[in-house]
Amino acid sequence: MTDQELYLKSIQYRIKLLKYIKMAGAGHTGGSLSCVDILNVLYNRILNVTPETFNHPERDRYIQSKGHSVEALYVVLADRGFFPEKELETFYGYGSDFTGHPTRKVQGIEHNTGGLGHGLAFSVGVALGGKLDRAAYRVFTLLGDGELAEGSNWESLMAAAHYHLDNLCVMIDRNTLQITGHTEDVCGLEPLAQKLEAFGGEVRMVDGHNITALAEVLGMLPFTQGKPSIVIAKTIKGKGVSFMENDPKWHHGVPDDEQYEQAQKELETRLAEIRP
Amino acid sequence: MSFTPGAELGRANQEVFAETLLTLAKADKNILVVTSDSRGSGKLMPYADAVPEQLIEVGIAEQNLVGVAAGLASTGKTVFAVSPASFLTARALEQIKNDVCYSDQPVKLIGISAGVSYGALGSTHHAIHDIAVLRAIHNITIIVPADNLETTEAVKSAAQISHPVYIRFGKRPVPHLHPSGTPFKVGKALRIRDGRDLAFIATGETVTPALKAAEEMEQSGYSCRVISMHTIKPLDTETVIRAAEECRAVMTVEEHHTSGGLGEACAAILMQANMSAPFQIVGIPDEYTMTGNQLEIFRHYGLTARGLARTAKALLKDS
Repeated sequence: MTDQELYLKSIQYRIKLLKYIKMAGAGHTGGSLSCVDILNVLYNRILNVTPETFNHPERDRYIQSKGHSVEALYVVLADRGFFPEKELETFYGYGSDFTGHPTRKVQGIEHNTGGLGHGLAFSVGVALGGKLDRAAYRVFTLLGDGELAEGSNWESLMAAAHYHLDNLCVMIDRNTLQITGHTEDVCGLEPLAQKLEAFGGEVRMVDGHNITALAEVLGMLPFTQGKPSIVIAKTIKGKGVSFMENDPKWHHGVPDDEQYEQAQKELETRLAEIRP
Repeated sequence: MSFTPGAELGRANQEVFAETLLTLAKADKNILVVTSDSRGSGKLMPYADAVPEQLIEVGIAEQNLVGVAAGLASTGKTVFAVSPASFLTARALEQIKNDVCYSDQPVKLIGISAGVSYGALGSTHHAIHDIAVLRAIHNITIIVPADNLETTEAVKSAAQISHPVYIRFGKRPVPHLHPSGTPFKVGKALRIRDGRDLAFIATGETVTPALKAAEEMEQSGYSCRVISMHTIKPLDTETVIRAAEECRAVMTVEEHHTSGGLGEACAAILMQANMSAPFQIVGIPDEYTMTGNQLEIFRHYGLTARGLARTAKALLKDS
């Protein structure tokens, strides 16, 4: 798939995830919009996993630690054929498998997440298992930046470095906003890259909305033999919808009818602009 | 040769656990132990020496311990996560709830030095909350072995169970309670002694004092049943109900807070079955635990043979 096609998908994914959030009347809008380009590149370019190979022991694994951005994951998995997109109409509904955080009831999801600070430890375990089995698969996990205040992450980073898990790629959706406000006002993370380096990771910074740059950096794994790779993806919370960008109220804000119409109009316009 | 329950001292269940696991691990390279700087207290040094490639050390980091164990289990490994019961089930409770139970990863959580095993080290090190918190989490089997046989069988069973399991052990040598070859089944209590006046339903290291109490009661003319309720979840409801049907009174005994443990589990079963036998829960009450070694703490809270016999007689007199 060309970069151009991926750019188109990124906008289509945004249109869809807003549609299902609007339909459900709930969801984590801002964070889904900030991480959807990362998921796009992962599932359409990097991961060797398909619905057919999902139970194969050699498949690459993706574990979404920031489970609340599940809408982005659902629309990407549906697009990749893990389940019919129509099932997303049940999102958030009574009896649905499509809950507000990922669960293994949904085909394509590796691990139940939602409580923050869990995905990395699990990923370290999966990566360790891969090393023990001398398997070739890689493990990718996506963390929110606000989530990094959970101390468990730092325990897991220590273990990842200690066991030289170069089959592990930790991606951070660095949109700088969490539910209360700016990460540096809530409980400062910076200097983040230095902290992650000090914990034994090999860190790369990337524009988390630049498909070409994301594909390039994720194509260079591992960054250093014997070390976990860490990607700080600089992103914009609410990316793609002008009035949602960089505003923490859209963390789990749901657009009203007028806002929804405007958002979709903006995205459709952008789609028309870049369509060949 | 006749076997007398409680007559011969065995080894610490923790040691028997480590030895059983080593035997299993030698035969199955897929078995892994994950520890949090706890191989020494878990009696796992011989294991670490014999099969070093089957032990993962994560340092003093229980949350990571449980998360990593869940991740390893997802790759098909048979994982035993070993850590002091107090830290394992409190510090890492959310990992147990989400990454193990909710995600149905078949991790075997091993709580070592459980109950008040750590004695005078104090409340930070006591695990008298573990059964209560884990009972309220879906999809976990809880086993509290009383003697070496139950320990060996529980560990072997856990290795075969494809869902989460929690087993807790103490540090002190315990007497043999069952003749070798006694069939052990998870979820099915073992009756050690029969009687009709009062049934002691005990678990873990309090089964022995319950048995001794029953022997003491016999001298006063009471016949007491003693049940080792090694599996707390799923609970053997049939045995609990039968005890209340066939005996005049029922007493539960546990090295655990009186809230949320075996006693309240039994009480709920009996109440809902409209059973009204005189009933008493004996455990650690809701207070700052008295300083002392395990035996002194047992004595302070009436968890010794004498204390249990006294409570049992009072219960029978009142009824």
